[in-house]
Amino acid sequence: MENLFTIGDVLVSAAFWTAVLRIATPYVLGTLGELLCERAGVLNLGIEGIMVLGAMSGWMAVYQGADLWAGVLVAMACGALMGLLHAALTVPLGLSQHVAGIGVTLLGTSLSYFVYRLVLPQASTPPTITPFQPLDLPGSLAQTPLTYLAAVLVAAVAYVLYRTPVGLAVRMVGENPAAAEAQGLNVTAVRMGAVMAGSALMGLAGAFLTLSAFNAFFFNMVNGRGWICVALVVFASWRPGKALLGALLFAAFDAFQLRLQQMAGGVLPYQVFLMLPYLLSILALVLVARRAAYPRALMVPYRKGER
Amino acid sequence: MRLEPRTHTPLAVRILAPMGAVVAALALCALLVAWTGAPVLTAYGLLVEGAVGSRFALTETLTRATPLILTGLAAAVAFRTRLWNIGAEGQLYMGALAAVVLGGGMLNLPFWLLWPVVLLGGALAGGLTLLGPAVLKVRFGVDEVVTTLLLNFVVLLFVSMLLEGALKDPMGMGWPQSAPVVEAAELPKLVARTRLHAGLVIALALAVLLWLIDTRTIWGYENRAVGANPRAAAFAGMPVTRVMLRTALLSGGLAGLAGAAEVAGLKGYLTLDLSPGFGYSGIVVAMLAQLHPLGVVGAALFIAGIFVGADAMSRAMPVPNYIADVLVATSLLCMLVAGLLARYRLRRG
Amino acid sequence: MPSNPPLRSGGGWCRRRRVGATVRKAMTNPIQPVVLRLTGITKRFGPLVANDGISLTLHAGEVLALLGENGAGKTTLMNILFGHYVADEGTVEAFGHPLPPGSPKAALVAGIGMVHQHFTLADNLSVLDNVAVGTEPLWRFWSDRAAARRRLLELADRFGLGVRPDAPVGDLSVGERQRVEILKALYRDARILILDEPTAVLTPQEATGLFDTLRRLTADGLAVVFISHKMHEVFAVSDTVAVLRGGRLVATRATADTSREELAEMMVGRAVKPPTPTPMVPGEPVLELKDVTVLSGHGRPHLDGADLTVRRHQIVGIAGVSGNGQTALADLVSGLIVPDGGTLALKGQPVRAADAAAMVRRGVARIPEDRHAAGLVGSMAVWENLIAERYRDPAFQRWGVLKRAAARRTAEEAIRAFDVRCPGPDARTQLLSGGNMQKLILGRTLAYGPDLILASQPTRGLDVGAVSYVHGRLLEARAAGAGVLLISEDLDEILAVADCIAVVYHGRITPLLPHDRVSVRQLGLLMAGHWDVLSEIADAA
Repeated sequence: MENLFTIGDVLVSAAFWTAVLRIATPYVLGTLGELLCERAGVLNLGIEGIMVLGAMSGWMAVYQGADLWAGVLVAMACGALMGLLHAALTVPLGLSQHVAGIGVTLLGTSLSYFVYRLVLPQASTPPTITPFQPLDLPGSLAQTPLTYLAAVLVAAVAYVLYRTPVGLAVRMVGENPAAAEAQGLNVTAVRMGAVMAGSALMGLAGAFLTLSAFNAFFFNMVNGRGWICVALVVFASWRPGKALLGALLFAAFDAFQLRLQQMAGGVLPYQVFLMLPYLLSILALVLVARRAAYPRALMVPYRKGER
Repeated sequence: MRLEPRTHTPLAVRILAPMGAVVAALALCALLVAWTGAPVLTAYGLLVEGAVGSRFALTETLTRATPLILTGLAAAVAFRTRLWNIGAEGQLYMGALAAVVLGGGMLNLPFWLLWPVVLLGGALAGGLTLLGPAVLKVRFGVDEVVTTLLLNFVVLLFVSMLLEGALKDPMGMGWPQSAPVVEAAELPKLVARTRLHAGLVIALALAVLLWLIDTRTIWGYENRAVGANPRAAAFAGMPVTRVMLRTALLSGGLAGLAGAAEVAGLKGYLTLDLSPGFGYSGIVVAMLAQLHPLGVVGAALFIAGIFVGADAMSRAMPVPNYIADVLVATSLLCMLVAGLLARYRLRRG
Repeated sequence: MPSNPPLRSGGGWCRRRRVGATVRKAMTNPIQPVVLRLTGITKRFGPLVANDGISLTLHAGEVLALLGENGAGKTTLMNILFGHYVADEGTVEAFGHPLPPGSPKAALVAGIGMVHQHFTLADNLSVLDNVAVGTEPLWRFWSDRAAARRRLLELADRFGLGVRPDAPVGDLSVGERQRVEILKALYRDARILILDEPTAVLTPQEATGLFDTLRRLTADGLAVVFISHKMHEVFAVSDTVAVLRGGRLVATRATADTSREELAEMMVGRAVKPPTPTPMVPGEPVLELKDVTVLSGHGRPHLDGADLTVRRHQIVGIAGVSGNGQTALADLVSGLIVPDGGTLALKGQPVRAADAAAMVRRGVARIPEDRHAAGLVGSMAVWENLIAERYRDPAFQRWGVLKRAAARRTAEEAIRAFDVRCPGPDARTQLLSGGNMQKLILGRTLAYGPDLILASQPTRGLDVGAVSYVHGRLLEARAAGAGVLLISEDLDEILAVADCIAVVYHGRITPLLPHDRVSVRQLGLLMAGHWDVLSEIADAA
């Protein structure tokens, strides 16, 4: 009985929900970015590496003296550049989206580590910056500006996808590129644009880790968050609103297991709790896989006039 | 400009494609090296020297190539059948885990029986690790890319848990590492006073065996058909599901074997830094080899040389040894383009 | 829409069919401007010359029928016109202005709309989305959905093309999808409409409805290019007919000034004698479906209490609009699925497990609907495809090791016996033409004396020579004692070779109707679900 009370206490505490929002932010941004790419028909497995690069480049820019917001822009630009690379390989060249994505992840990760080591050869303890501070808006659980930005971006992406011509174009090239072309759309341009925009969001997701959640860059700090975003997109049936919901659910679970770990730490090894997010993602995939309404042209390269 | 499929890819193109890709990758990374301020040619010279410049360097490269051949084969056989196994890293650790358990003294077997048991056990553990995602794929339609990727993290945490718990070496000064395997479980060394072990011979033999299976048997025939067009294979009456699961066992088994061989042949015990990303590098190896089992050997030697050489170079120059990872990633991306040019012809108009 | 003027005196056949249009043409044709001019279009795909110096003109208010066999180059020509392909030589001029090559967008802007043979619609999006996409400038902060909806409904109303704007396209019937395709073009103010084999997927009655729509459009001043390989459609709808053969333009004629015989000769270029079935007495049943149900997981089942019997020495044709259960029927007989209810029996023995290899062993020869996707592995060699159903036979393997020499020998024999044109058994299969791929499948499956043949759309997309070859082989197998289940959307094909016809609609199958006791009109009504016609047929018998 006593345990039940503590669980209840956790769920109503403001500190818990503050943590949930903080944990959810990179998932929201990453999922949103991956969703944009996949809605246009391109699976972007570069997400993990792009997040690493976003985290490193944003932090590095600030460490070198740039403004925090300039760091955010640098991270997004680096993300968009990696997106351009992925899009160039998979859209006009039609190469395997799986392998190209893994290649982009390997490149983004190794390039980040290389640059970090080059600039800071003997950093035994990672140098720090002053990160974004929580804004104490009334009734808002004191989050940093990037979390509010993430919430705004969910609405913006949903609006663009469902209420504007360019959003319809993105959905169309992801469903049936031949039909999009027959309607006069430039399939290559729309797909590449969507992948770049999505990758910029992934870069932002990475930057949140170093500019908001922590104040330094560590190796392995992204730690599979990108892959979890890929799973969350499937779980969210490629819808921005559900992506937000999925990321929040996931973060709530994550925050809860952190509390649980503190309470039940002596009973079970901490690794069991750390495994749970990954296992939960797999479970989520199993639950929705059968009725997942994939964008019809996802992972199908489109080459004009091929026969 | 547009791409036109070739009706036939000459052998010369198939061999030149990866070489061209590697040259392109070296050229691109030369920019990074130049950025560090180091003289590019000297740096690359040191890299080559560090990889093959001495007897020691050569045996180090061959030692490093052994797990890469195995993880490269793991990726190649899976990708052939369009099973996107990105989880070789996790399967490798499961294989290593099985090796330290089986080889840790619980089995009282003679040398000639124990090390085969250890290796087979490792292979089985790796195979079973991939069987899970493969079953989810054929049974529920769950994309195996994401599940195998996520399982990598689960496996590492699982291994970490055991290394800090049940398998922790009491003599390990508190480090999270397993007790060493018994002597009878160790693979023989190939060259005295080096780290080169019999795992290399096993890896080479497996490459040849897989090539024979691929080209000469109905297994290879089924694999190719299922990989190229699963619907047509199913229509013709081929057991598509069985082929998928069989491939999963084989692919995961090869990765698991890589881990077991690292433990039994090289390290003797298990730590969390057993593999510097052999599972992911295996994907690059397989792609450079264009999924050909014999090509995997050459590609693995190349990648191993890059890693070993880069370590040597970074000791002498202010170039971080992560340059090796950048080179490998760039090689993969360049190889994708080169493979396209091997399959297609560039035409004007 | 006013009905056609009453019959007036006129000469020849057209008095019966196209009086209204003829009268209108007689008054208006001389002053109608040229809207489209193709000059010297040539297009090569590798060694194949798909279009060879083709020149055509099209006038406002005109229906031009582009007639030709499959492979004559009709679709290629229209894809060039619409900018999907770039011509190697020649120019396209619309409304007096040259059209930049390779740009569907330019074609759209110039007022050209195309209805493809395979619809270019996104199933998961709504009708309105499909119609409106690409019609607004991309970078606007909102879409004017209300205005788009109004315009769509107004057009639908004006031309009699009823649609539901918010329904996902995936839920629509084939006929409705075609209407959406036409509306897409009209929505963008198309003045020239290209229809590629538009009737191939329709019932005869739906086709008549389409022709009515086309008349309303031309009355409105639109010009229509109507691609077809069916003679009766040309006479039913066109003012002018252009005949293509082997990539060349053979002739252009006013439809009123030509005859079926002349067109047939120009189209084929040589006498092709269609195989004539000799009547045979059906033998014992080889395939029996009793009350078979195949569920679809959502909504209406694929097959819903279907009964069907196929006997030896008998070709049973299954007619119907696609998507009415044909795929499930073919999958059942192919051994890919088992019934969810009812029984399926082969030569009197029930089939209990979905096992394609077992079906092959039990004497079923299967010709799949889609030879590229389900029939053959394109990247593998011809010999590897030829043994794909029997590679486990001791003839081709021992201890799991392939007997490559034996397999290659068998392949060479099949290549000879079935006249497969290819460089040899080692050639990659995807390099073969459609007709030769189909012969390859026949060679793989008919060479072993089957008891039952499943032929799904066996001649779709084949040229006339290959069609008569396939039909000839089916009739041979029937004479040798096989029963044939012929599933086809091409009613002409079924009428040409089937002994008995059954119609499939919403997963239910009519009783077998002898081919000489049922009319095209009756079949069309059955295909549209008006099964009360069955009593009419029974009464006549």
